[in-house]
Amino acid sequence: MADSIYDVIIIGGGVVGAATARELSRYALSICVIEKEEDVCSGTSKANSAIVHAGFDALPGTQKAKFNVMGNAGMEALSQELSFEFRRNGSLVLCFSDEDMPRLGELYRRGLQNGVPDLRILTGKEARKKEPNLTDDVVAALYAPTGGIVCPFGLTIALAENAADNGVEFRFHTQAREIRKTENGYLVVTDSGDFQTRYVVNAAGVYADVLHNMVSARKLHITPRKGDYILLDKEAGGHVASTIFQLPGKYGKGVLVTPTVHGNLLLGPTATDVADKEDTATTAKELAQVLEKSAVSVKNIPYRLTITSFSGVRAHEDGDDFVIGEAPDAPGFFDAAGIESPGLSSAPAIGAYLAEQIAKRAGAKRNAAFHPQRRGFVKLAEKSPEERALLIRENPLYGVIVCRCMQISEGEIVDAIRRTLGARSLDGIKRRVHQGMGRCQAGFCTPKAMEILSRETGIPMEKICKNRDGSEMLSKMN
Amino acid sequence: MKQCDIVIIGGGPAGLAAAIAAKKAGADDILILERDSMLGGILNQCIHNGFGLHTFKEELTGPEYAARFIDEANALGIPYKLGTMVLSVSRDKELLCINPEEGLFRIAAKAIILAMGCRERPRGALNIPGFRPAGIYSAGTAQRLMNIEGYCVGREVVILGSGDIGLIMARRMTLEGAKVKVVAEIMPYSGGLKRNIVQCLDDYGIPLKLGHTVVGIEGKERLTGVTIAAVDEQRRPIPGTEEHYDCDTLLLSVGLIPENELTRGMGISLSRVTSGPQVDDRLQTDIEGVFACGNVLHVHDLVDHVSEEAALAGESAAVYLQKQKTSVPHKVTINAENGVRYTVPQSLDIDNMKDAVTVRFRVADIYRDRAIVVCYDGTEVMRRKKKIMAPGEMEQVILKKSSFSDFPALKEITVRTEAE
Amino acid sequence: MTTKNLICIGCPMGCPLTVIMEDGHIEVTGNTCQHGADYAKKEVTNPTRVVTSTVRVLGADIARVSVKTAHDIPKDKIFDCMEEIKRTSVCAPVRIGDVLIRNCAGTGTDVIATKNVPRAGALPKE
Repeated sequence: MADSIYDVIIIGGGVVGAATARELSRYALSICVIEKEEDVCSGTSKANSAIVHAGFDALPGTQKAKFNVMGNAGMEALSQELSFEFRRNGSLVLCFSDEDMPRLGELYRRGLQNGVPDLRILTGKEARKKEPNLTDDVVAALYAPTGGIVCPFGLTIALAENAADNGVEFRFHTQAREIRKTENGYLVVTDSGDFQTRYVVNAAGVYADVLHNMVSARKLHITPRKGDYILLDKEAGGHVASTIFQLPGKYGKGVLVTPTVHGNLLLGPTATDVADKEDTATTAKELAQVLEKSAVSVKNIPYRLTITSFSGVRAHEDGDDFVIGEAPDAPGFFDAAGIESPGLSSAPAIGAYLAEQIAKRAGAKRNAAFHPQRRGFVKLAEKSPEERALLIRENPLYGVIVCRCMQISEGEIVDAIRRTLGARSLDGIKRRVHQGMGRCQAGFCTPKAMEILSRETGIPMEKICKNRDGSEMLSKMN
Repeated sequence: MKQCDIVIIGGGPAGLAAAIAAKKAGADDILILERDSMLGGILNQCIHNGFGLHTFKEELTGPEYAARFIDEANALGIPYKLGTMVLSVSRDKELLCINPEEGLFRIAAKAIILAMGCRERPRGALNIPGFRPAGIYSAGTAQRLMNIEGYCVGREVVILGSGDIGLIMARRMTLEGAKVKVVAEIMPYSGGLKRNIVQCLDDYGIPLKLGHTVVGIEGKERLTGVTIAAVDEQRRPIPGTEEHYDCDTLLLSVGLIPENELTRGMGISLSRVTSGPQVDDRLQTDIEGVFACGNVLHVHDLVDHVSEEAALAGESAAVYLQKQKTSVPHKVTINAENGVRYTVPQSLDIDNMKDAVTVRFRVADIYRDRAIVVCYDGTEVMRRKKKIMAPGEMEQVILKKSSFSDFPALKEITVRTEAE
Repeated sequence: MTTKNLICIGCPMGCPLTVIMEDGHIEVTGNTCQHGADYAKKEVTNPTRVVTSTVRVLGADIARVSVKTAHDIPKDKIFDCMEEIKRTSVCAPVRIGDVLIRNCAGTGTDVIATKNVPRAGALPKE
């Protein structure tokens, strides 16, 4: 007996799940996103390179190539519609030896085939003119002006909020345990209720194989592939302007050096296959690799300005491509599996594709009330003094600075908690308004942020979590 | 726009002492800007005793020490704004400030005293590998949660770093019923005061492991354990020395850095060693009329020294306001050499200096039976034997104006250590 | 005869002190100055500490008022003293020096406030 009945259940509140939900909300369907964590953007979507790839990397004809190029092309319009941070800063793939030149050329041709616009091969000198901090070892570079950087939290949360505003239901702390074929679709059995649905979207990241294999005989196998990153302070953010990749070559698989949309400098990732799907522990060895390899591309990186290191797992499927679409032997079960790089770039296009397929199958009508726009967060630090003064007059909490490093006010934190799908954890606040993401890494503002979260949500202080249940910040006082 | 003779950024021990001294030196139009909801700064959460031995000849707790200065500032009628954060300062001393009552507003100052204090180095700066669970706090954050808000941050604790805050928190958490299992220190010596090692660790049987660091962090939600290991001379972990500790809390006491955002934003030259501004003997930065004192200038061990230094900054600002432009100053640089990591001040104006100038510095390692030597253009003018010097204890020499009379064309002063 | 090893807290030297006690006679070695000997004698005969902590405060804008024992108390009474401090709550306003616990844990020493805590909403304006 089902607790609720939906047309579509999307399993996973990452960027792909959120994008699919948002695109599906264009149709008159009852839709629910179930997410095992306390918030959206809690898995692979929160810890990655934050890159919108140009699209020259994937082999022509693959799903990766197709969705990447589509996703990239649409990202700018989407960022305006949904108000998230995105910037086309261009990317360079560096080549360090003449022997590797043919492979740079291959990448260039691949890009042309995939439909990547404006690609150019630069000499080492031209590349260094563009990016003065490139090392002298660079002999040539593939320049892709359409490469970009995005806030992965901003993108995911914007998609999810817009989906919710357009009627999609979100259930958190809800983990799919079992999926059973029923007469009219599927029964999704979770740890907080059983839900009947006509269609399932499997956007479960590193767990997508487990879910898929519950309903399909054509088994998938996902290897969690861990990548460690190092983030440097904003003071280092201008060290390079473009995203700097390395052509895989004599140094093995490379790491990137890139500015982030928040003005920091990001280095990484490594690539290590791990057994545990949630093994997001950095290791000394991999962090050392990041340092070593980044120095091959870019000189004088001010490593002393490191503010944090972190790790994310990507869902690598054995077939080495995205698995997108209805499972052939499980009608109504739509996969978005094996979403590793360029997953973030591709997500909006994947969402649009799946939504269209499902809507067609369901014979769904358009949702007349669909509203594509989403109001972004008020960001005081980006406003002019006059605008800021005005906002503080309207809401004095905008005048109370909580996070000194990022200059985030109490008003902005309250906004993050009160709006659609508001934050329920400290990480949730951080991902929405970047409180605590600065150089002191929340040293000063943690106590205040906890108090605001407790006051606004009624969660007692002792129950305030960093992220999921079990990550309580405090113990009970005697 | 609001005008003000002296704006002091920060209402902690440095800002308060600077304000009081400026007022006493004749400045009248002074304003303290404090971002917290009370004056006193970090002293409010330093509830342990041991403050003020030099200044008041008695042992006070942090809040008591602060109250003495707050009371005096109030008695002198020095105005202050709480909950007010300075967002930026221009080179011509215009401050952009924010608070909930007045919104965004500007103040044009004739002189500015930087007294913003310092912040703690976070975990990320150390690249400690492992998970990122709840339960990892910088020692000062835990101290604030416990002592101001009254919350308990954890039950079973490992502390990395034996700076004074870490040691103080080891005792504090023990008193509140937590079990502090070990304090690991990567250096072969502790950066904390001996007294704190004895009274905060030894008193409670808490082991201090020198030459050890944290090499692993476990727990996906809340911390469940850490692994510590011995390190070699290059501070690299030695394989095979790993020890695991079950714990729900890791406190980091791994160093303090001046809060130099505003300083940097103004384009003031910073010292690479202290991360604070470079100053002359009046504690003036390389922008005329902008002074610095306390932990924003360089990180201190004793608040008494902060108060003393800040009083000089306050007085200097008052003098700066009164003085007509003088002749071109005769600036002499002070170089730190051979075991002396830095000095504050970094230069000295012999013509306009006070009768005596205190030069504070830190040494690079633990030195036994060494001398502190001061040279004027290569000529040794002072030699002081020291039985022991340690990086964790700030040293000082006092240079008298009279000592320069034989050196009319002096170019540089050198402070160094020499083996005896 | 009993022997005890201590580290002197008088200065950064941190001299390792050895204290030998025999029939009421105390001998200190390892010290480089008189402070060391004095410290060691006190530590082995009557070690005392000032205890600092916080007490719950009601009716104020802040949750805790910091406190200390007015004088040093015997070291072995520290936890008894803490127990009593933990059980105590006081009402605002509190002034520095106010006695919050009399004769704490039978030590003969009072616990006093080390912070001024006004009543809620009564924080001084600029």
